[in-house]
Amino acid sequence: MDLTFTDEENAFRQEVRDFFRENLPKEISDAVKNGGELTKEHMERYHAILNEKGWLASTWPEEYGGPGWTPVQRHIFDEESCRAYAPRIVPFGLNMLGPVLQKFGTQEQKDYYLPRILNGDDWWCQGYSEPGAGSDLASLKTRAVRDGDHYVINGQKTWTTLGQHADWIFCLCRTDPDVKQQEGISFILVDLKTPGIEMRPIKLIEGGHEVNEVFFTDVRVPVENLVGKENQGWTIAKYLLTHERTGIAGVGASMQSLEEVKALARKTMRSGKPLIEDPLFAARIAQVEVDLEAMKITNLRMLFKAQKQGAPGAETSILKIKGTVINQELKDLARRALGPSAAPFPGHITDGNLALAPASEANNAARYFNNRKTSIFGGSNEIQRNILSKAVLEL
Amino acid sequence: MDFDLTEDRQMLSDSLNRFLADKYPVEHRTKVAYAEPYHDPALWDGIAELGALFALASEDKGGFGGSGFDISVVFEAMGRVICPEPVLGALLASRILSHTDADQEALLSGAVRYAVGLGEIEAPYDLSFIKTEAQKSGDGYTVTGRKSAVYGGQAAEVILVAAKLDGKLAVLSVKAADADVTGYGMMDGGGAAEVLLDGTPAELVLADAEAAIQDAVNAGIVALCSEAVGAMEVLHAMTVDYLKQRKQFGRAIGSFQALQHRAVDMLTEIEQSRSIVIKAASELNGEDATKFCAMAKNLIGRAGRLVAEEAIQMHGGIAMTWEYPGSHYAKRIIMIDAQLGDTDYQLAKVASAA
Ligand SMILES: Cc1cc2nc3c(=O)[nH]c(=O)nc-3n(C[C@H](O)[C@H](O)[C@H](O)COP(=O)(O)OP(=O)(O)OC[C@H]3O[C@@H](n4cnc5c(N)ncnc54)[C@H](O)[C@@H]3O)c2cc1C
Repeated sequence: MDLTFTDEENAFRQEVRDFFRENLPKEISDAVKNGGELTKEHMERYHAILNEKGWLASTWPEEYGGPGWTPVQRHIFDEESCRAYAPRIVPFGLNMLGPVLQKFGTQEQKDYYLPRILNGDDWWCQGYSEPGAGSDLASLKTRAVRDGDHYVINGQKTWTTLGQHADWIFCLCRTDPDVKQQEGISFILVDLKTPGIEMRPIKLIEGGHEVNEVFFTDVRVPVENLVGKENQGWTIAKYLLTHERTGIAGVGASMQSLEEVKALARKTMRSGKPLIEDPLFAARIAQVEVDLEAMKITNLRMLFKAQKQGAPGAETSILKIKGTVINQELKDLARRALGPSAAPFPGHITDGNLALAPASEANNAARYFNNRKTSIFGGSNEIQRNILSKAVLEL
Repeated sequence: MDFDLTEDRQMLSDSLNRFLADKYPVEHRTKVAYAEPYHDPALWDGIAELGALFALASEDKGGFGGSGFDISVVFEAMGRVICPEPVLGALLASRILSHTDADQEALLSGAVRYAVGLGEIEAPYDLSFIKTEAQKSGDGYTVTGRKSAVYGGQAAEVILVAAKLDGKLAVLSVKAADADVTGYGMMDGGGAAEVLLDGTPAELVLADAEAAIQDAVNAGIVALCSEAVGAMEVLHAMTVDYLKQRKQFGRAIGSFQALQHRAVDMLTEIEQSRSIVIKAASELNGEDATKFCAMAKNLIGRAGRLVAEEAIQMHGGIAMTWEYPGSHYAKRIIMIDAQLGDTDYQLAKVASAA
């Protein structure tokens, strides 16, 4: 057992830190710090900066243009990117579709799509959930019917994150309604410019626009856009879910949030003293800090195990559950620390002199509400518990 | 012992609930709560016409109520529709003015809207640390300082402000037109204002106002806690309804025990909340009001967070949307914590009172 980073790892951390200091545009880190919506241009620019360095597709094997990092290096990168207020990488092309194509795609698909993902030519979104199929994804109804050398797609997807920026969507569609649910699903790539597709915004609880509904009416998609075999979509979806879990503990983000909460508590005055001197609030912070310290190690332990076994196991659901709870707790503390100063609706006070808090804090209530999503999406925390009790505890 | 409302209060409760249910369907509520002036002036008049504001003051001050239960009835009804009308300002103002001989007719009839500026950015809850100062000036007074998050301040004509006068907490009355008032909408709907005062002319309401302010805060706490109970009950009912309707894996999600128990935990906390509010309301005009109000606000803060977060979680994605009414209830319930002293602040108050 040895918890110290090696000299190489420490050197790598320094390299990443220097890289962000020298290359991350302030405009982008400010946008992250202020918790507003990042523009499409911000994210594309950030991806391009990483791509130029060869660090964009951190989970891809080197043969496809990945950096060939160890899990520890990925972890260090995650920590440092959060520390520098770099945006999160938009995961749909890079962390979801990429690994799927590498494992299930044809040579043509790999050759065409993978470089375009790296270069930012295509923005991808994920078309899994439907109004009637959330946790029970396998019950999805969107139909793809073979017609010559096309599939004709009819149905509706929803919760499509950042679909408003996307060029393409990867969809799970029902191709055989007469077999067991899981055996009649296919994984199909759809160009969003195809006639018959309509995207409508969904406004979220705090007022932001990051998810959408997508309607498909007689959308004709070439059969070459099928990934894997027809009706093999569920296997692919499950494979993808395991990839969706890398970084799911959000350790870097929570470390950053913890620093923010502490800084906030140091300068916020309550009853004539800094809030950090209030024993109740100090204890709240300390409590999360303890959990986070353990989570850092839990995360690394599971990363190592995944590396040995070649794939993450069901116990990574623990990372999702506890990681999101820790992060949500920190968002709650940030909102509390601000108190009534978190009350104004974001953007309503336009005169900077009148702001009740600096821009980087004023959105704390909005962030708290928005962050409730993390225990719902990517397999809700209830579903993660079901997975653990079945697969790990065999109950 | 009798836990039923008196006949008069029951009538007020019924008529107010009917009026609000009719006039404040959630679409209308969301529309007016998030656009200037962050409430609906016509419905303000309607609420006033029902006598809801008169219920906030005692008979000798021109009202017909003024007990904790009167206040509770009005605000619970508002909570059920998450009503954004600035009634809290009227309550706080009436409560302070009730420590004087001021005529409250204009206030209680709803003809003149009042707001009360207590907290400041660096002293949101504990008012002994406020910086706003009042000074004698000729026949009258002036006030200088900044009052922050003045609830209902965006729609008020008169603002009562807490200020230091000769080192003591005092309350002065300022015309909104004389002050620099910037209104805004809040995260959970409804409006507030930043009130900048710079040698602003003011009338003295009470020179030694600490007790009056605490009394107003206590009444405000009963109001906010009652509002929270109304909102929590509605949100819980929505959640239970959804658990019954929403099907996944071929069955109602309410058939999963993992969710059933949590819906029951919500119910337990709401019942506890109702009880502590009843206790605080019954003690409001008594000697230990501050302690019991602190207890109520602490419990509501904890229960509110549980109810709001669990409601969202058990709904799944739908409750993360603006369109789903439950999301607005969740926001209101959470944001109540930061009004008039949060969970931790009140817990410390309870501890020091014991
Ligand atoms: C902000 C946001 C972004 C999203 N982005 C995307 C995206 O880009 N692409 C995409 O395809 N999807 C996306 N999703 C959808 C997300 O994956 C679903 O919301 C999630 O799968 C839950 O489904 P649901 O919302 O329909 O809730 P439901 O499945 O209806 O669940 C409701 C409640 O019941 C619980 N529940 C369900 N089944 C069980 C059970 N067996 N035992 C115990 N409890 C159970 C759930 O945990 C939840 O608490 C997003 C969602 C949100 C909120």
